[in-house]
Amino acid sequence: MTTLLINGTKRELDVDPDMPLLWVIREQLKLTGTKFGCGIAQCGACTVHVDGTPVRSCSYPVSLADGAEITTIEAIAPAEGELHALQKAWIEHQVPQCGYCQSGQIMSAVALLRDVPEPTDDDIDTAMRGNICRCGAYGRIRDAIKSAAKAVGPVKMLTPEGSDNG
Amino acid sequence: MGKWTRRGFIAAGITTGGVLAVGVGMREGHRAPKLASMMADGDETLVNVWVKLDQNNVVTAIVPHSEMGQGVFTSMAQMLADEMDADWDKVTFEQAPAHEEYANHALVRDYVLGGANIPGFVQGSLNGAFLSLSKAMSMQITGGSTAVRFTGQGGMRIAGAAAREMLVKAAAKEWGISASELRTEKSYIHHDATSKSVPYSEFSVIAGGMSPPTQPTLKTIEKYTLMGTSVPRFDIPSKVDGTAEFGIDVDLPDMKYAAVIGAPIFGATAVSIDDSTAKTMRGVTQIINEKEFVAVVGQSYWHAQQAANTLIIEWSTTGREALNQTAIFDQFRTDMSKAVTDGKEKTDVKAGNARKATTTAAKTFEAEYTVPYLAHATMEPINATAHVKDGSAELWLGHQNPLACRDSVAKLLDIKKANVTIHNRILGGGFGRRADVDYALMAARIAKHVDAPVKMIWSREQDTQQDFYRPATVNKIIAGLDETGKPISWDYQYVHKHDPAEASEIPYDIENQLIHHAKTENPIRFGPWRSVDHTQHGFFIESFIDELAHEAGADPLAYRRDLVKGKPRYTAALDAVAKAAQWGRKRPEGIGLGVALVDSFGTVVAQVAEVDITSGTPRVTHVWAAADPGYVMNPDGFTAQMESGIIYGLTAAIFGDIVVENGAITQSNFHDYEMIRMNDAPTIKVTLINSGARLGGGGEPGTPPIAPAVANAIFAASGKRLRSLPLRQADGGLA
Repeated sequence: MTTLLINGTKRELDVDPDMPLLWVIREQLKLTGTKFGCGIAQCGACTVHVDGTPVRSCSYPVSLADGAEITTIEAIAPAEGELHALQKAWIEHQVPQCGYCQSGQIMSAVALLRDVPEPTDDDIDTAMRGNICRCGAYGRIRDAIKSAAKAVGPVKMLTPEGSDNG
Repeated sequence: MGKWTRRGFIAAGITTGGVLAVGVGMREGHRAPKLASMMADGDETLVNVWVKLDQNNVVTAIVPHSEMGQGVFTSMAQMLADEMDADWDKVTFEQAPAHEEYANHALVRDYVLGGANIPGFVQGSLNGAFLSLSKAMSMQITGGSTAVRFTGQGGMRIAGAAAREMLVKAAAKEWGISASELRTEKSYIHHDATSKSVPYSEFSVIAGGMSPPTQPTLKTIEKYTLMGTSVPRFDIPSKVDGTAEFGIDVDLPDMKYAAVIGAPIFGATAVSIDDSTAKTMRGVTQIINEKEFVAVVGQSYWHAQQAANTLIIEWSTTGREALNQTAIFDQFRTDMSKAVTDGKEKTDVKAGNARKATTTAAKTFEAEYTVPYLAHATMEPINATAHVKDGSAELWLGHQNPLACRDSVAKLLDIKKANVTIHNRILGGGFGRRADVDYALMAARIAKHVDAPVKMIWSREQDTQQDFYRPATVNKIIAGLDETGKPISWDYQYVHKHDPAEASEIPYDIENQLIHHAKTENPIRFGPWRSVDHTQHGFFIESFIDELAHEAGADPLAYRRDLVKGKPRYTAALDAVAKAAQWGRKRPEGIGLGVALVDSFGTVVAQVAEVDITSGTPRVTHVWAAADPGYVMNPDGFTAQMESGIIYGLTAAIFGDIVVENGAITQSNFHDYEMIRMNDAPTIKVTLINSGARLGGGGEPGTPPIAPAVANAIFAASGKRLRSLPLRQADGGLA
C-alpha cells in the first residue's frame, strides 16, 4: 500500500509502485486539474508539489511519494471559495487561452513566489522555463506573477504547502 | 437550397430571400425534437436558436463553435448581447450540440453570396475534397478565423437584434403603444413617458409567438456598448483552478483506457504482432489489431501504454521505406523545373508578362526558400473517449468539427446519425489539428471491441508522429528590377497549394506577375496548420521583398511602403508598427530590426522583430505588431490572439522541423521538437487598428509575419540571409 497525503487528506492506495504519480492523481484520485502533456518531464503540464517541491508527476513514481504531502492545483487556494493570489492575477491578466498548461504553470509559479517573493525576470525565466505554453501566454504569465508578488507583498509568505487546505 | 426555406419550425429567413437561415425563430408548440433538450426547463422560450431568454431574464447565447483558446464563447455572446441590449451580468453561453441546426450557415451564406473567399481552413478540413455546398451545409467548424467575422457578424448579431425587436414588438402590443416609444437597456424595456421598466423575460412568451423580423436593424458603431470592449472571458476562472473539463478529463463508470501505436510509415498496416510480453502485463485487458494502428486496452492509461511499448509489430511495406527529407525536397525541385519546362505551371495570378519583363529588366534577382514539415503539438495530446453499444455510439472529445465527427462515426459504424452523440469538450489547443476526424474514428473502432466506455490517449510520441503536417515546401522567385531597384516583374513558383486560395498573392504593386505552383506528390499527410498556406508564403514573400530592398539599398520598411502606397490599410499598418518599434532609431551594433507585412484571413498585420546577436546566440528580444481586422470586437482578446499567433509562429521559425527519414517522422517529443519557452519569449506589443474595413479574423493572422520579420532582423544584425526554416539550423543561422 502507498500512503499519500493528498491536498491535506490521507489516502491509502493499492497501486503499482512504478506508476507515475500523475496517473494516480488523475485516474485513481480523479483530480483532473493536473494534466498529461509529454510523459518525459519536458513540458510541465503535470507539475504538482511533493512536500512543497514542484515535481513533474508524469515522471515521478508514486512509490517515491509514499508518505509525502502532495498538493495539486485543486488545493492551492487559501480556503473554499477563495483564490490564491496567483489565481487572481491569472484572471486579472486574462492569462489562459486553451488553458491546458495553466495548472502546471500556476504550480510552478506558486513554488517560485514562496521561495522568491519578489522575483526578477531572470528568476521567472528559471522557474518557469520548464512549463511550455503552446498558446504563447508567456508575457501574461510573467506579468501575472509580478502582479501577484506585488499583491502579496515582499515579506508575507504564501500559504504553506498542504496545510490548512482541508 | 429549397430544403432550407422551411423545416419543422420556422426558418427565420433573416438573410435575403430566407434561403440560408442564420437564426431560427421558434414558436410555442413548434419546438424541433432535437432542440428540446436545449431547453433547461419549461419556463424558457426559445426566441431564436442562437439565443435563449429564461424567466429569470438570463440570456444564453448558443455558440456553434469550439473553445480552443480563442475565447469564442465570450466574443460570440458579446456580439449577440450588444445587439440585444442585454445585461452583460446576466448573459451566459452554451455550446451548441452537434446538430445540423447549428451548422455554420453564416459561413455558408457568406460563401454563397460571394462576399468572401471561402476560408482556407474549411477546404483543408475536407481533405482536399471538392467543396460542394452540400458538404458545407453540414459543417459546424471552428477554424479559418471565422467565428467573429462570419458567425458573429452573420449570426450572433442578427439573432440578438432579432430577439430584441421581437421583445419590443411584444411589449408594444401588450401595452397598446407604438414600438418607437420604447427603449431597451440591460435586458429591460423602458417606456420613459410612463416610467415603466419591465424585464425582457416578461415578454418572452408573447415574442415567441411572433414571426421573427426578416431584417433586424443592426447597431452602428457609435451605439455599441459591449462590442469593442475587453469583457473578461467566461472560461478563464475554470482554467485557473483545475475545474475546466477538457476531452482528456472525461470520467465514466467502468471506463477502460487505450494506448495506440500507429503505423510509423503512413499507409502501412500491421501484418503481425508479437504481444507475448504485453499480454502478460498487469492491467492489460485487450490487444486489438486495427491494421493502421494497434491498440492496447487496460485498466489505466499508463498500464496500457507500458504494454503498448513492448509490442513488436511487423508493418507491411509501402515503398516509402527509404524515403528521406533530402529526397523529398529534391523531388519538389525536380517537379518544379519540369512544370516550367513542360509549360504545366498551375497559375494563381497572371498580370502583364512577368517572364518577358524579367528578360528585359535592368537587373534580375532570384532566390530559393524552403520550409520544413511541421506538427501542431497541441498541449493536450490527442485523445477521445467512445462508448459503442446496441447500435449507438457516444463520444467525448474536444474537436473543431463535432458535426463531422458525428457523421463520420455514423458512417463507420453503419448506424444512423441520430444514434451518434458527440459531447464536445473544450480543446487543449487546436491550431487545425483537431479538425480531422481521425481520432474520433479510432476511438470508435477501439470501442467496438470493448464492452465499456474506452478512453484512448495518444502518447506525445504518437501525437508528434501521427499528425497531419504543414507541408514542407520549396519556393523559387525571380524578380526583374528597374534601374532604381524597384520590381517590375515577379515570377513566383512553389509546391503544395492548399488554402486560402489567395495565400500566394502579394500585397505589392508590381506590374508583371506570374504566381504559379507545380504539381508534386506530398508523401506525408497534410493538415491545416494555423494560418495554413500563409505560413509558408508569408516567409517567402516577405523574405524576398526584404532582399530586394537591400539590393536596392533602400530601407526595407520604406521600400515596402512605396509598393503599397495606394492601399491605406497596408500603409497604416506599416506606419503604426514603425512608430511602435521606433523603426528609425539606430540600434547598437549587433541588434537588428526586421519587418514583415501579411494580409491573411481579412486581417492586415505588420510586425517588426528585434534580434540581438551580441552574445553570439541570436535572441528575439522584442516584437511589435500592428493589426487591422477592420474592427476589434474584444481588444484584449484580440491582442491575446496576436500574442499567441506570434509565439506559435516564432516556435516554428526558430525550432520547428519535422524530418522524414526511412519513411517515418524522426521527431517524437518536446526534447527533439522544441518549443519557445518563457526564457526565449520576446516581449510583444500590439497596436490595434479599427479601419472600418470588412471584418477579418483573429486566430491566425498573427502567425505568418513573424518568421520573415525575424529572418529579416537577423540579416539586419548580421548580414546573413537565412532562406530556410527553421532559423536555428539554417545555414549556420541561430545557434
